[in-house]
Amino acid sequence: MKKTWTAYPYILWMIIFTIVPLGLLLYFSFTVTSSTGTIFSLDNFRRFNQPIYLKVLFRSLKLAGVSTILCFALGYPAAMFLAGRDLKHRNTMVLLMVLPMWVNFLLRTYAWLTLLERKGLINTILGAIGLPSLSLLYNDFAVFLGMVYNFLPFMVLPIYSILSKIDRNLIEAAEDLGANPFLVFLKITFPLSIPGIISGITMVFMPAVTTFVISRLLGGGQYTLIGNLIEQQFLTVGDWNFGSAISTVMMAIILIGMGFASRYETEQEGSGLW
Amino acid sequence: MKSLGKILVAILLISTVILAGGCGPSSKAALNVYNWGDYIDETVLKDFEKQYKVKVNYDTFTTNEDMYVKLKAGGSSYDLVIPSDYMIKRMIDEDMVEKLDFNNIPNYQHIGATFKQLDFDPQDQYSVPYMWGTVGILYNKKMVPTTPDSWKILWDKKYAKQILMMDSQRDCIGITLKMLGYSLNSENLSELEQAKEALIQQKPLVLAYVVDEVKDKMIAEEAALAVVWSGDAVYCIRENENLDYVIPKEGSNLWFDSMIIPKGAANKEAAENFINFMCDTEIAFRNADYIGYSSPHTEAVKKLPREITDNRSAYPLEEDLTNCEVFTKLVNVLKEFDRIWTEVKAE
Amino acid sequence: MVTKVLKRTYILFLYVFLYAPIIMLALYSFNNSRTRGAWTGFTFKWYLAMFQDRQIMTSLYYSLIIGLVGAFIATFIGTLAAFGINSMKPLPRIATMNLTYLPVLNPDIVTGISFMLLFIFIKLRLGFLTLLLSHITFNIPYVILSVLPRVKQLDKNMYEAALDLGATPAFAFRKVILPEIMPGVIIGWLLAFTLSLDDFVISFFNTGSGVSTLSITIYSMARRGINPKINALSTLMFVCVLSLLVIVNIMMSRQKKGVKIKEETR
Repeated sequence: MKKTWTAYPYILWMIIFTIVPLGLLLYFSFTVTSSTGTIFSLDNFRRFNQPIYLKVLFRSLKLAGVSTILCFALGYPAAMFLAGRDLKHRNTMVLLMVLPMWVNFLLRTYAWLTLLERKGLINTILGAIGLPSLSLLYNDFAVFLGMVYNFLPFMVLPIYSILSKIDRNLIEAAEDLGANPFLVFLKITFPLSIPGIISGITMVFMPAVTTFVISRLLGGGQYTLIGNLIEQQFLTVGDWNFGSAISTVMMAIILIGMGFASRYETEQEGSGLW
Repeated sequence: MKSLGKILVAILLISTVILAGGCGPSSKAALNVYNWGDYIDETVLKDFEKQYKVKVNYDTFTTNEDMYVKLKAGGSSYDLVIPSDYMIKRMIDEDMVEKLDFNNIPNYQHIGATFKQLDFDPQDQYSVPYMWGTVGILYNKKMVPTTPDSWKILWDKKYAKQILMMDSQRDCIGITLKMLGYSLNSENLSELEQAKEALIQQKPLVLAYVVDEVKDKMIAEEAALAVVWSGDAVYCIRENENLDYVIPKEGSNLWFDSMIIPKGAANKEAAENFINFMCDTEIAFRNADYIGYSSPHTEAVKKLPREITDNRSAYPLEEDLTNCEVFTKLVNVLKEFDRIWTEVKAE
Repeated sequence: MVTKVLKRTYILFLYVFLYAPIIMLALYSFNNSRTRGAWTGFTFKWYLAMFQDRQIMTSLYYSLIIGLVGAFIATFIGTLAAFGINSMKPLPRIATMNLTYLPVLNPDIVTGISFMLLFIFIKLRLGFLTLLLSHITFNIPYVILSVLPRVKQLDKNMYEAALDLGATPAFAFRKVILPEIMPGVIIGWLLAFTLSLDDFVISFFNTGSGVSTLSITIYSMARRGINPKINALSTLMFVCVLSLLVIVNIMMSRQKKGVKIKEETR
């Protein structure tokens, strides 16, 4: 199947809907508009290079990073169990994984508020069995819970999809040769599932960097995140140039980071998976 | 895996069948209305359609800013929009609003005199008020023994982690300026700096900066004090009688949502008919009764039940409003507001 | 056996976590009060009221149409693209993949506004078509990310063997390749549909008068407090899909049993 042409419709699509907007973004980020007109300038980037804004950026990266790790830690075993042979109705189970996401995001998050509040359901239950109530809302715990809740399927599904396809013979052969389950996992299952893991990490980490509504609703809006900052520039302040510059910086940082991932992929291919 | 495919195909088929039953609205000569969500009695729309033989396309937005960016970009075609005061001012200044022909809006006479010649439209050329209200403190009488009369109570350590603030730059900085005794439209940098310090100082006491979920929070008694709009306060008090609402003595923000016709409206005449229709006494009464916010329509207010109109939260007396101000358009300090807010939220 | 119990417990825990808020929401759709903060009695009134709400019904209609059609087209383009990308040389492939990440990476507000400016620039009237185009665009990357790992996993020899045995490329594709990548394709479609249903910001900026999605309706309600009609609608949708699942499952297990019986009697 050496047919590159099948990507052409997509590439055309991308030129219109990705390259053009990207050009627009770059144009805005390298210019400033004043009463005298629009001029080329690096001011937007200089402005972003202040401790206060960098702090916002690092906080967002950290939040997304930790959320991705949590999703992976919880999601990988789930994907493995779902892909396991001994499960009846596993297709239904997979669909059930996504189904909660068909309820609107805002409604789901509001429902979490009801569960986590001081007088919420969880604390009411704890109280009823004589346990002290917990402070569950408006802290890091709540934010991570919300992040994991919303992004978990995006980690589980691609990993599941690839695990369910792994050749059982490979595993059985390894077992016959005396490998224990742990070794089988380490030497066969895990390496083979890496493309799925990369997809999963991408689908969780990238949107997680710019999301801020979860932190606002479950974390109590205590911190500005990069997503807020950009949105404020576009909507409240009306400074599209600065907003674009922030987006540009963020994209650059993350794409460089992803560069390492794709390098890894290329090396993998050299090792003869095909 | 094949079976999952079958399940999906089944879902697809069934939903298509269901959808085929429903029908999308056709677009003849229609009136395109753009308003906040759940902010109109829908039966009123039906009556308007019947009376004027015009189809109404009713769409909703979430914030003034969202609406502004969309209208400014120019791709949309709305005939009637209902934004708030400062945004109307901005749109007028940017030549985005049509002048109204008040000959087509005879019912404008019913709008109370207090609600005319407002700062954002001093000559009453562009807008007709739809709803109005104030910003104040909603508090729980069980948790706050003395009636608060000042914004300073939001800085009282006694209520640490029991205070809910609005997650909005403009409102938070505005009330802080008021607390400090300045105008909430201040563009004086040193006053703004003081407001920033005060907000940073207050931050450890704040349970959360909330948006729309504040109503549920206060009704469920999750916090003692919250900064809210009067319309929400009325609703909360109705749901939980332990709650009460005050406009602090330093004064507060007085806000309006008004009807305007954006430049380039295709159906200006129908839009003016709509404004007039909304100012009809019976219609204005039904609408105010449904929404529960305060109406500027003198006759409609008279028809509302006494327990609503006697409620000082919803219909404050003249004296409650002496220090209140309407937001004006900020000119030079928008970026400053944003920087202050980012700094407050950075710690 | 112990590991099996452990696995089951883990999965159970996970589903409780996923469904706890949904159950909460369903409960509150029967609450007499408008607010989430207080329970004032059991009622069905929101279920009746929801069908009379023109705004909710129209936006539900558009949400489903856009979601189904958008996800379908995105899956088609994305799956094709995954094959193409996979057979590219490393350098163009990395470039294409990085461009694929951009829409995922950009904050919604940037994506939303830039699409809007683009549509206005090419004089496309904002409305159904622009909404559909924008949804397809932000869905494609997720499809590619779901399908690409499966494509990488493909055994090239199988396809060539089929060709050697005289199959036409189309036939070989349908019989050999497609079944292999199907799980990835279906999951791509699922994610695309899900994202489509959930998106607010991009939809908001790329729709025109008269065309609204459920998300836009819900988010714009937030200022006045989300009407329980919406909870009722979500619950109903949920119950519909769930019961459909159960029916399909029962039908399939019957089919399977039927096949088994046939085999046994033979």
